[in-house]
Amino acid sequence: MIEVKDLSKRFDDLVVLDNVSFTVGEARLVVILGPSGTGKTILLKSILGILPVDSGIVLFDGKSIQAAKENEIYDIRKHVGFVFQSTALFDSMNVCENIALPLVEHTRLSSRQVRDKVQEILEIVGMAGKESLYPGSLSGGMKRLVAVGRALALDPKYLFYDEPTTGLDPVMRDRIVQLIIDLKRDYKKSGIVVTHDLDTAEKVGDDIYLLKKGKISKLEQIKKEVYNG
Amino acid sequence: MNLFSLIGDFSTFFFRSLFMPWKIRTSKGRMLEQVYSIGIGSLPIIIIIAAFTGLVSTVQATYQMIGTVPRYIIGTTVGRMVLIELGPILTALMVSGRCASSMAAEIGTMRVTEQIDALEIMAIDPYRFLSLPRIVGTFISLPVLTIFAEFVALACGAVYAHYFLNIPFSVFSYGIIHFFSMRDFLGGLVKSLFFSIVIGASGCYFGFIVKGGAKEVGRAATYAVVTASILILVLDFLVAVVIFG
Repeated sequence: MIEVKDLSKRFDDLVVLDNVSFTVGEARLVVILGPSGTGKTILLKSILGILPVDSGIVLFDGKSIQAAKENEIYDIRKHVGFVFQSTALFDSMNVCENIALPLVEHTRLSSRQVRDKVQEILEIVGMAGKESLYPGSLSGGMKRLVAVGRALALDPKYLFYDEPTTGLDPVMRDRIVQLIIDLKRDYKKSGIVVTHDLDTAEKVGDDIYLLKKGKISKLEQIKKEVYNG
Repeated sequence: MNLFSLIGDFSTFFFRSLFMPWKIRTSKGRMLEQVYSIGIGSLPIIIIIAAFTGLVSTVQATYQMIGTVPRYIIGTTVGRMVLIELGPILTALMVSGRCASSMAAEIGTMRVTEQIDALEIMAIDPYRFLSLPRIVGTFISLPVLTIFAEFVALACGAVYAHYFLNIPFSVFSYGIIHFFSMRDFLGGLVKSLFFSIVIGASGCYFGFIVKGGAKEVGRAATYAVVTASILILVLDFLVAVVIFG
């Protein structure tokens, strides 16, 4: 379980997060909904300790990431897969090497076992046969699928998705949405999805929160008027 | 950022990059890649620079001394100039221009495209993953390149002296060997070791601190080369004072 408690973050006079609190339960997906530029990505990075917060704590299965030492933070992060909006794939590595990197760094699997694991992941995300391609030759949607694959490499307990469907065509968007749903249903992956897309939020979210002007509020029922207002 | 905070920041970065578990099992491949890229990759330009350095040194030494000293002294002068000063410093400045800029640009691009954030989130220390192999790669490559450059410079100087200045190989090489001092040779190598650290650390540091986009990446590459070049000249003086002063 991930517990976010009273997280606050400001840049000079701009309050980005103002006492943000919520909980991600077992095998549940929390959606953070909000217009672009409201600090959704900053929230995700703050939760993982990539950005320092001004106050508040985040507990991963009871362990505070703010109080953890560097090696403890890394231990916590091994249980989290992160899908960046920009995908952040390593452009000097091909698809196979991108997905294999966490396995090579954190496990003692043989190269054959790594290759088998990469194949398995590529099957899950529907990218089998593309292992030798480089990110530069992939479409935006394919990059997003590889990014999901890389996030799955260490079989993390939690998956964070940063705007997973932004900028994709409707077919690819549905494919990504279905993948997120499948990973939660079949592999029990909990996580957080930040998006400004109401449709995606409704389809994948178990709990949906609206982040606006630094404040977070739970939405029992999504209404476009609320979101737009 | 003022000068003192820059020095503090740079020092912290340097120690952060080197003083941590190296995880040789996963790092050695990237180190070898850097040795290849910096060492073998720089070889053509180093050969050209070294060849002309040897030629110019021989021409200048001959112009200034011929007729006033025995001819083997030309070999001695060129030899000591190349071993003590020209070999290490020109090789370092060349590698700095070629590699520090590319390190800063590569790491800077990774910073702005969130690839470094991705490493951190994957629990991979970006300093170990990116800085360590580059600093170690430069540390291994630069002294080897320096020795190679010194050999090429002296060989070219000797060939030119033989065919165009009427100083036979045997006379030129007598001048080099008879007055050869191990301190000159090792002093040059010690310099190149210091220079290598400065080149690797500058390239990586300015890449890591990039914020923004393409313009800042370009600026980081420039800062990396300028800083490395200045530090090379400062260190050259300090090491010269300690070893030869």
